[in-house]
Amino acid sequence: MEANPTGTRKPNVEASPSANDAAQANGPAKPDVLITEDLKFWYGKMRALSGISLNIPQHEVMAIIGPSGCGKSTYLRCLNRMNDLIPSARVEGRVIFDGENIYARNVDPVQMRRRIGMVFQKPNPFPKSIYDNVAYGPKVNGYRGSMDDLVEHSLRQAALWDEVKDDLKKSGLDLSGGQQQRLCIARALAVEPDVILMDEPCSALDPIATTRIEDLIRELRESYTIVIVTHNMQQAARVSDRTAFFMIDEQSSGSLVEVDETQRLFTTPSDQRTEDYITGRFG
Amino acid sequence: MRQETGTRWRPRIRQRKAIGRGFAALTIVSTLLGIAMLVALLVDVFGDGAAQVDGHFLTSYPSRFPEDAGLRSALLGTLWLLVLTAVIAFPLGVGAAIYLEEYAPDTWLTRFIQLNIANLAGVPSVVYGLLGLGLFVRWFALGRSLIAGAMTMALLILPLIIVASREAIRAVPDGQREASYALGATKWQTVFRTVLPAAGGGILTGTILALARAIGETAPLITIGALTYIAFDPSGPMDLFTVLPIQIFNWVSLPQEGFSELAAGGIVILLIVLLLANSIALFVRFRLQRRFD
Repeated sequence: MEANPTGTRKPNVEASPSANDAAQANGPAKPDVLITEDLKFWYGKMRALSGISLNIPQHEVMAIIGPSGCGKSTYLRCLNRMNDLIPSARVEGRVIFDGENIYARNVDPVQMRRRIGMVFQKPNPFPKSIYDNVAYGPKVNGYRGSMDDLVEHSLRQAALWDEVKDDLKKSGLDLSGGQQQRLCIARALAVEPDVILMDEPCSALDPIATTRIEDLIRELRESYTIVIVTHNMQQAARVSDRTAFFMIDEQSSGSLVEVDETQRLFTTPSDQRTEDYITGRFG
Repeated sequence: MRQETGTRWRPRIRQRKAIGRGFAALTIVSTLLGIAMLVALLVDVFGDGAAQVDGHFLTSYPSRFPEDAGLRSALLGTLWLLVLTAVIAFPLGVGAAIYLEEYAPDTWLTRFIQLNIANLAGVPSVVYGLLGLGLFVRWFALGRSLIAGAMTMALLILPLIIVASREAIRAVPDGQREASYALGATKWQTVFRTVLPAAGGGILTGTILALARAIGETAPLITIGALTYIAFDPSGPMDLFTVLPIQIFNWVSLPQEGFSELAAGGIVILLIVLLLANSIALFVRFRLQRRFD
């Protein structure tokens, strides 16, 4: 079940570095950074994901949409093994990142998570200063360069520097909700990841703060691969290059209905269920 | 308003409201009763004892003559015991809480241990005294020393510290742990750099309140033999000692004129030490406890 119905891109299952280079050399088609193969997931006895196969190309924004409880967030949290923290969770299938299955025995999730960062639904800065929030990741990972420079660079990338540069000692919790979320993005960027996973990053924010985050996502696409789960179809249309539509199947576990370039998915979806969803007939 | 005419409804508005007012009055009486007791106690004790509290009272050793007697050795004993107990109980209690909350698998054994720690918090203190007597004084051959007393007190307050620390650790939102893991932190780094700092206020508050409880305890220390006449300053963990509540108990039990006033003076000092500890706990809670909105 290869979820790449458009056929516009070379299926790039062997994501070895050489294959990446080849794909890049061949023109506009971008290599896939994350390849999910038949990913199944259980919470205890309940199956939450039924065989997801999805390729995520480099330096693109992939939006994941779908009704509540369709497994969007569960899927996202499988991509950096965040679900390992849930005692009853079980995973089958493969997630290939940088040519390696991140669920293989010899892969250390701690090492892998540095390269696949995450921004959460609710802004969750540490109760520390703005500076220490950004420096946290570099510190735990043994960063040896200039911390001041890295903190400034990360805050600039997250479009927060100008608002906080005079008061880096202020607690991260004293910022507004939108600023907190940009601080969390800066914090994720500070460990220099390749991929950033965003789990409904704007759902707790007002429209103005949301716009700023969306602008930021479009800028970050130049240097990072972004996977964003969103409830908001307009948001998916605004920020993403590609959109994947998830739904609950007959066994009430989440499955991938269709993935396509965002523009095409929203204008001419190939699946009736996608059309029903985006036209607001359910969900 | 139109009056109900049928018989299917009997609103009795006035009675229902009267019952509500009666209940509110009862709760006010309960509150005032508690406060009145406290005020009566303070007035009585300070009336009897405040006159006793002066430099001489604080710096003199106990004596057969009430006008010479002071509680220097008991006050020093209490302070020594406080510090030693904290040094023993704090790392053990916080360590156990971290294990139970962050590391222990959720099995029947873990739940059994947790249940029993909660039960231990309710065991009468004299039982800890007997355990301390058998284990530390006799078997470890520590004698009736400060360290034996501190270890006994540490046992007594360990369950309190563990329970308070576990609650503080559990109150740290999972989002904080996830944020740390998502940055590539290990479990150890997450616990020490994120969970413990965030739980620090609650842990310290719980520890200080547990220590305040230890300051006021008498029974376990009498059991291990701290009911003695001490006319020197304890200078190390192996020294004999006595503490404020025991000194007070001692004075109260003496029939001669003058000693009951000394006991009241001792209670004033004990209350001041306790209020000091509780204020520190309040201050720490105010300063360190973090809200995650």
